[in-house]
This record gives sequence, structure tokens and C-alpha cells, in this order.
Amino acid sequence: MSDAPLLEVSSLVKTYRSPGIGPFARKNARPALAGISFSMHQGRSFGIVGESGSGKSTLARIALALDRPDSGAVRLQGRSLFDLPRRELRPMRAHMQMIFQDPYGSLDPRQRVEKIVAEPLAALGGATGAERRARVRASLQAVGLKASDASKHPHEFSGGQRQRIAIARALITRPRLVVADEPVSALDVSVQAQTLNLMSDLERQAGVTFLLISHDLAVVAHICETTAVMYRGRIVEIGETAAMFANPAHPYTRELVDATPRLDQPTRAPLAPTNGGPEAAEGCPYVARCAFARPRCREEAPRLETKGGGSRKVACHFPLD
Amino acid sequence: MLLEVSELAVDVATRRGLQRVVDGTSFSLGEGESLGVVGESGSGKTMTALALMGLTPEAAQVSGSIRFEERELVGLDEDELRRLRGDRIAMIFQEPMTALNPLRRVGAQVAEPLMLHRALSKREAHARAVALLEHVRLAEPERAARSYPFALSGGERQRAMIAMAIGCSPRLVIADEPTTALDVTVQARILALIDGLRVESKMAILLVSHDLAVIAGHCDRVIVMYAGMIMESGPVEAVLREPRNPYTLALLEARPRPGAPRGARLATIPGAPPVAEIHREGCPFAGRCALTIAICRSVPPPEVAFDAGHISRCHRAGEVGAVR
Repeated sequence: MSDAPLLEVSSLVKTYRSPGIGPFARKNARPALAGISFSMHQGRSFGIVGESGSGKSTLARIALALDRPDSGAVRLQGRSLFDLPRRELRPMRAHMQMIFQDPYGSLDPRQRVEKIVAEPLAALGGATGAERRARVRASLQAVGLKASDASKHPHEFSGGQRQRIAIARALITRPRLVVADEPVSALDVSVQAQTLNLMSDLERQAGVTFLLISHDLAVVAHICETTAVMYRGRIVEIGETAAMFANPAHPYTRELVDATPRLDQPTRAPLAPTNGGPEAAEGCPYVARCAFARPRCREEAPRLETKGGGSRKVACHFPLD
Repeated sequence: MLLEVSELAVDVATRRGLQRVVDGTSFSLGEGESLGVVGESGSGKTMTALALMGLTPEAAQVSGSIRFEERELVGLDEDELRRLRGDRIAMIFQEPMTALNPLRRVGAQVAEPLMLHRALSKREAHARAVALLEHVRLAEPERAARSYPFALSGGERQRAMIAMAIGCSPRLVIADEPTTALDVTVQARILALIDGLRVESKMAILLVSHDLAVIAGHCDRVIVMYAGMIMESGPVEAVLREPRNPYTLALLEARPRPGAPRGARLATIPGAPPVAEIHREGCPFAGRCALTIAICRSVPPPEVAFDAGHISRCHRAGEVGAVR
């Protein structure tokens, strides 16, 4: 087993051109990703948390080579995806799959489960009739569905079962990496648990490692060993998930933890304004919302640096204890 | 009592016949009180909220009684209901764009109920609308009033809808998943805003949510619904600390807990959330419940009372132990 990371992203930058609202188009062009780097290893699922507009979904698309960055690199098992010729990128796609938030919207209601689940195989141009059917059956069984479910249509299943179909589809190419974008947030609590248990099983037994994107800290802590907190296109804190949420070093991480509703204590709502106002050209991107900001925070952008000797890194001039 | 609901039932006509989506719910709500309604899809929580506003779909038949400020709302004609809505009873929805007209400026929309119910002039209503937008802590209320809804962020739109809802000082605000589509940091601020408004103007809140944790932090009492039925109700602390219904207990245990080891097994509820049924015998949760015995499948569960208004509807309520 090699020591190469399963996935390594370095210095990713991506700016979308906002579709022309006249003179405002330029002003709004804030990078969706402003220099993102991290690596994740086989068997250790990795979480990304952050609010809408933090760039987490852009990151997912680029990690899967569904979109190209302006600059920076993505390496899957040591191979740089954006330097590969197209015909070599195609087989690499078998190693990485995606599951989405809405299990209904991502399944074609007119197709049978068999065809839906086999779709990534067809796209890769492999597997003939008999082998294809065998792999569909195996994939359905791996997610706790019956082989006979292959002949049904999506509407014959509940929401939780439809998410299983989507997971079976992702598994059929035997991927190492599965990017999961809010995989349980559309599911009822009673079926969320089934899906989370399934994800844990797949990591342990099927060699699947998840890049899990979610706004739900408890879900991320349940699945991911390491988590990165994103804010406006940057990683502001990264570290071992449970330790980081128990003891956040970045004020934004602290804000997320405090805002998360808990059964055992009332949530604390911060008094700072929500949208944080316009971003300063220099300085910390979080400064307008930060309850701990000092003059230096407005002048100089903090860099992501190691804190306390462990794996924790934080981009803050005055990290919390 | 501000609101007294008894034996409320909603039947919806479908191709398969009448389906009972709300099945004999009874609850009450006093001035300034906040009641949480929690449930999964198909629990009937949204239909219950719509029934209180007289906004159930055309195919639905409402029966039972809804008494609001000593008046019976079931069977009230549409004109009378319209006079109540937006005045004495207001509603906040999950998606502000369902309540806000995308083609009209925000200020005009906030002003509208004031002109309709309070007979303010256009100018007075507009001035009041700006004050309301400031009251819900929208930065730059003048600018917000001049904006069209699309120009505001999700959180700002939700604040605008709250401003519209509270304009006439309603006595009851029904909030159906008001923060579900928002980021968690925005959610915390909106819920704090609703709390503050309730305390300062003594309006009652009915907060509908799928998230027990949201209700835990913001309500005095909670009702837990499943398949159109109230399974458990009572003070929030009692219900969460000592659930007396297997369904509530299962909901609590299915959530990943902060501080639990990574990948720890979560308790699951077998099967899928219920679909509305035409005929039902016994307890709606019987097919998924770990405590099911023969009687659960044939006889509807009785209401069993515990301390201080804590009620569980379960044949085995006494055996559901304390977990926390």
C-alpha cells in the first residue's frame, strides 16, 4: 500500500464570471475558491463544512474533474487529473463517483433501477450483458436492497431506499473515492441513520473513502476523521473533526458550533450581522462578522498555519484557546 | 385559551378514496406560548398548520373543532377567514419566495396587510413597513423596502416575510419550517428574532419542524406527530429527557450524538415513513416499533398521562424507559 494520498488538491483557484448584469458583473467576481489545499487518505473520510457561497460545491465539482480550476492541481492516487489526456482521464473516473442530496431528482423516473445503477458502467464503456447484470445485483445487495429490485422503477421506493439506489449506482465502478454532497439532508431522521450506518460500513468493508460535504456538523463528525471548515472560498480551519468541534480555534468554526441546534442546550445566536458586508481587499475574509476582530485583522490576511503541534491548522491571527 | 383544537381531522380525496392525513389531533396554545410540532414526512404536521389558517387544499375535508379567540374556525366562510389571516393569525413559510411576489417591491408587500386590515393610507403603510423591516433587523431597511425579493439573500427574505407577518400584531404566528432552507448561522439568528418578537408582543408561536433540536431550544411544549396522529405531547424538557413513546425515543436515538466515536452504530428505525392510509387498525407505528405486541396491530393506542401534561399514546407507554 502506497503512502500517496487518495486525493490531493493544491492551491485551487476558481472564479466564475457572473453573467453580465452590466457594470456590476466585475465587482461581484469574488473567487469561488481562493487557494484551497488539502489531502485525504484511503480509509479516512474527509469532511467539508461551510455555508452557502463558501465554495464547497465548486470544490466537489473540481475534485471530480467535472469542472476545471483557473489554477492549481488535483491528484487522485498520485496522478494529476488536469494534466491527463482525455482518453486517460476517462478510466480514472471509475475510481471516483458522486452522490447527491436529492435522491429523487438524480434518478430518472422512467428508467428501471437496473439501467440507473448500471449507468456509470455504460459511460466507461465496459461490461457486457451478463457481467453488467451481475454487478448491478452485487451493488444493490451491498447497499441492502434486493437483487430483484433491479426491475422496479424509482417511484416504487421510499426516500431512504432511493438514496440507496443512488449509492448503489456510485458503487458499481468500485470507486475508491465517493464525493457525497449533503447525502442525508433531504432524508427523514428515521432513515438518515440507516444511510449513515451504510456509509460507515462501506468505508470499513468496501474500501470506499468519502469526501463528505455537509452543513450538519453532527453528520460530518459521525463519518469523517478530518474536516475542513470553508468560508468564502478559503479553508479557515482544518483538523481532527471531533477535537475541532469540541474546541474550535477559528471564530467562524466557533460560530458554526454555537449555532447548531442541540437537544441538551439552547443555541447561542451571535449578534454580529449575518452577511458580513463587503469584503475588504486585504485582511481576513471573516473580519466583518468576527466578534474578536482587532486592527491587524483588517490589514493582513491570516494564513493557514499549524496550531498547537498537532494536525490542526487555523487561518486566524488570534486563534481561540 | 387563545387556540383550542379538538379532534381535528383532515381527509384528502385521492384516486384510492379518502385518506386521513390528520387523525383526531387535539391541543391548545395560550397567549405568548410557543408550541413545537415535530414529525417526519407524512406526519400531517404541515396539514395541521394549514388547517389552522383555513388553507387546506380544495380536495381536503376538515372536521373537528378549531377555536381561536373564542371563535370556531372550522366551517367559517372564506371572507371571514381572509379577515383573520394576516391580521390575527399570520404564517411564515419555509421558502419566502412562496409568500413574496417576485414582481413587487418588498416594502409594498410588507405594507399591503396594513392597508387591508388597518386601513392605513399608502404613505402611512409604507412608513410603517420600513419601521417593520428595521424591527426585524434588516440592515438598511429603506434599501430593502425598495428592493425586489430576488435582490435579498435567503436570510434577508426570511426577515422580510417575518416583517410582513407581524405587521398587524397577530396573536398567533404559525411558522412552518421557517429556517430549514437557511444556513445554520442564519437559522440561529432568525430563531432568536422570532423568540424576541414573541416575548415582546406576547404573540403565540406554533413552530413546525422536522428537527427536534430546533424545537428543543425555542418551544415551551412539543407535540410529536406520526402518520397524522399525536404520539406524544408535553413540556419540551420532559418529552426530550424522558420520552414516553417509542417513536419519540427512536427519533432521539437515530441522531448522531456530539462526542460519540466516529462511525458508532446509530439506532435505526426499520422501514419507511408512513404513507397516508385509508383504513388503519391499531397503532400507526406498529410496523416499525421495537415494542410492538399483538394488541398494537388491532387496537388504537390509548392516551396515557404522565406528570404535568405529558401524554403518550401507546399501549406500552409505561415501559418506555428514561434514556438520558
